[in-house]
Amino acid sequence: MDTVIHTNKLTKRFGDFIAANEITFDVYRGEIFGFLGANGAGKTTAMRMLCGLSTPSSGTATIAGFDIYKQAEEIKKNIGYMSQKFSLYEDLTVLENIRFFGGIYGLSDRQLKEKSEQLIETLGMKSEVKKMVGSLPLGWKQKLSFSVAILHEPKIVFLDEPTGGVDPVTRRQFWDLIYEAVDSGITVFVTTHYMDEAEYCNRISMMVDGEIKALDTPAKLKQQYSVTSMDEVFYELARGAKRSE
Amino acid sequence: MNNISIFIQKEFLHVFRDRKTLLMLFGLPIVQIILFGFALTNEIKNAKIVVCDYAKDAASQQIIEKLKASQQFEIQNILLNHKQIEATFKEGKIKMAVVFPANFNNDLLHQNKTQVQLITDASDPNTATTISGYASQIIMDYRNELMQLQDLPYQIDTEMRMIYNPELKAAVNFVPGVMSLILLLVCVLMTSVAIVKEKEMGTMEILLVSPFNPFLVIVSKAVPYLALSLINLTIILLLSVFVLGMPINGSVLLLYAVSTLFIMTALSLGLLISNSTASQQAAMLISLMGMLVPSILFTGFMFPLENMPYPLQLVSHIIPAKWYYIIVKSIMVKGLGFSAIWKETLVLFGMTLLLLVVNIKKFKIRLT
Amino acid sequence: MKNVVLNNISKTYDNGMVQAVSDVSFHVNQGELFGLIGPDGAGKTSIFRILTTLLLPDGGSASVNGLDVVENYKTIRKNVGYMPGKFSLYQDLTVQENLNFFATIFNTSVKENYDLIKDIYVQLEPFKDRRAGKLSGGMKQKLALCCALIHRPTVLFLDEPTTGVDVVSRKEFWDMLKRLKQQGITILVSTPYMDEATLCERIALIQTGSIMSIDTPENIITQFPENLFAVRSDNMGNLLHDLKKAKIIKSCNAFGAYHHVTFRDVSPEVKEKLIRVLEEKKHTNIELKPVTPTIEDCFIYLMEK
Repeated sequence: MDTVIHTNKLTKRFGDFIAANEITFDVYRGEIFGFLGANGAGKTTAMRMLCGLSTPSSGTATIAGFDIYKQAEEIKKNIGYMSQKFSLYEDLTVLENIRFFGGIYGLSDRQLKEKSEQLIETLGMKSEVKKMVGSLPLGWKQKLSFSVAILHEPKIVFLDEPTGGVDPVTRRQFWDLIYEAVDSGITVFVTTHYMDEAEYCNRISMMVDGEIKALDTPAKLKQQYSVTSMDEVFYELARGAKRSE
Repeated sequence: MNNISIFIQKEFLHVFRDRKTLLMLFGLPIVQIILFGFALTNEIKNAKIVVCDYAKDAASQQIIEKLKASQQFEIQNILLNHKQIEATFKEGKIKMAVVFPANFNNDLLHQNKTQVQLITDASDPNTATTISGYASQIIMDYRNELMQLQDLPYQIDTEMRMIYNPELKAAVNFVPGVMSLILLLVCVLMTSVAIVKEKEMGTMEILLVSPFNPFLVIVSKAVPYLALSLINLTIILLLSVFVLGMPINGSVLLLYAVSTLFIMTALSLGLLISNSTASQQAAMLISLMGMLVPSILFTGFMFPLENMPYPLQLVSHIIPAKWYYIIVKSIMVKGLGFSAIWKETLVLFGMTLLLLVVNIKKFKIRLT
Repeated sequence: MKNVVLNNISKTYDNGMVQAVSDVSFHVNQGELFGLIGPDGAGKTSIFRILTTLLLPDGGSASVNGLDVVENYKTIRKNVGYMPGKFSLYQDLTVQENLNFFATIFNTSVKENYDLIKDIYVQLEPFKDRRAGKLSGGMKQKLALCCALIHRPTVLFLDEPTTGVDVVSRKEFWDMLKRLKQQGITILVSTPYMDEATLCERIALIQTGSIMSIDTPENIITQFPENLFAVRSDNMGNLLHDLKKAKIIKSCNAFGAYHHVTFRDVSPEVKEKLIRVLEEKKHTNIELKPVTPTIEDCFIYLMEK
């Protein structure tokens, strides 16, 4: 199997505090990888290192075949990123946002035009193209910002709680978009607070107190902890956590 | 009453825990006073001067040579009469003119007493005082040399003449100026930011839902800044008296009383800004661009108001700092009493009252 | 007694351009734990702000403890506790300072009502000299709850107290709410998490400013009009795709380890029919079983109706 993320004993220290402690895991091409953990378990720290936003204290990692220390710029070209907190510019229109984000990833004018038309078509947003993003319902914003995050056809897309607060129907439509992206060969790395979404992942890792405490398919995890839902798996693992945020 | 006091207590905690801002607040007046007081009157080199020598004798020539030799001066021209001096000043090319009267050497040798006139362009008062000081020092050196040769009580009077700004306002200008700026900065900017911060943080929501009278929220916010401003005022006054040697000629009590009035004006302005803005950046921007910059421009301590076009002079009337500046100068410099400043005080009082009424009308007991 | 009553409440923003709440009516009984369940942007926060007298409604009327939210806002403000969605305490004050401050603002003292917050406060006690900004998410939430309770309010408004909080802390928080309810406090809580609905006595499902259903969670579930089935196979992604295309399927939604489906046809042989269809599509390890709907099933059903 093709490995797109490979980490070996990746560690991040802030003074005495070890935010992420010797994280080792692989993510394979075309996989939906669920990255779970309680508040403060170190998810954000780990994700920042993987995106090339923060330099690890020790350990090694390659993302899309690029070294995390030496090739941060290459990594950034090959990944997409979307978070619940920052996604798009609220005071720019739908089209302006698409053009802007396409532009910073170096898409040519022709590609941009093609891609944005195609994207608007798929999302069924033709009548909203000239509307400010701020005026769109949350669900649409999230779908749009996901589509923008994969506009440059990255190898991996990192999604940080992409469906927080979204209604149940839109949440499922959002996952349809994720499946489509996976079909086109993009690897998805996702964090979520919704445990039913954890079930949609091919494999799940659970972070507790800066360490990866469990990593397997949802079915095997449930089996391992002899429970029937991911909710219970999470509870079993996170209950013993010593630190929170 | 208990809850007002805990509110004020809380405001003080906010102020003291934000060390950086606190440092800036107290550092600022000190830095400004020192900047205006010393840095701006720094050593001057190669100031361009002209000499008008009616004497053309040995003594005048020797002094001119000395001036030439000094690093401070660069003699542009030897002129023939006073009229040319005026013309050269108007061209703005020179900083000082040195005038030797006819019979300079004769008077010195026979009457043991003579005069040199130093004419400076005092529209730049700091430079004017500095360079005329240098020049009289050089002339004194010459006299001392003479006295060592012949033990006679030679006397050369240097007569200083400032043109364009005969009062030489610099020293007395910036202390009242800094006072009004600092008070504005603390009261308008800090207060508006502090209130808007509660809106931004969401704590205003909880306060509004409490039985605490919302208007008291704002009154309590103003108290620490009133206190801080009075401390700042004291620091400025102490610095100006003991470091810059500028005495307070009038009543200190009166000075504090009108300053408190001005602080109230500024606080109500800060309130008005916080009432109409929702983010700390907006409050800061409005305070800086809308209050501080016009105050610097129209108060009269940096740019003389008399030289401004009439419409701009009219604009200056609505700037509270202008009136405060006049009051402070009258009390500190001229030593005048309340009878001399009641008009300006009344203007400030009226402004404060108006601002408070607008504030009360605009005050929101709910979110929008 | 009805502690909170809303009659045809409406609220718009931007001069009527955005309809945040439209014609919402419901009531909360004394001592009840009532949940307002809906996604972001459904109008939950606007309703909370109207009830806590922070916003004026554009239409309709509302009362808290029998007092009108517009006319008697001053009295209401003395008697309600409010925890806004965003953490709204002073980050630069310590735990103790925050608590003392809010107690005094509400004309009381920590001592006077300590018994009410004791259970929660003991967990905070070790950090009482720590600044609120330095607390963990769960601790912040507990402190905010203490501050909202300190004056022994008759009605407690909690706007999305568990958003962004992990499963463990959420569980703890709901346990705290249950204990508070036993003290006789009426609690109105909002949440975007559908699974929390069953922890409330009665709930209102809200979407785009309108209430879709109000009842006990059990009744809402019983009112689900269709027979619901859970399906799974080895390839869940393809399964979802194939189910959506199958003519006998009326609705199909992913629900964690299973997909939930309803049939167009209620005849007993539809189940076998579906399994045949799926086998034709080469699905393996097919499992099909009837399930009790969850609140989320009901919410989706009501949204799509």
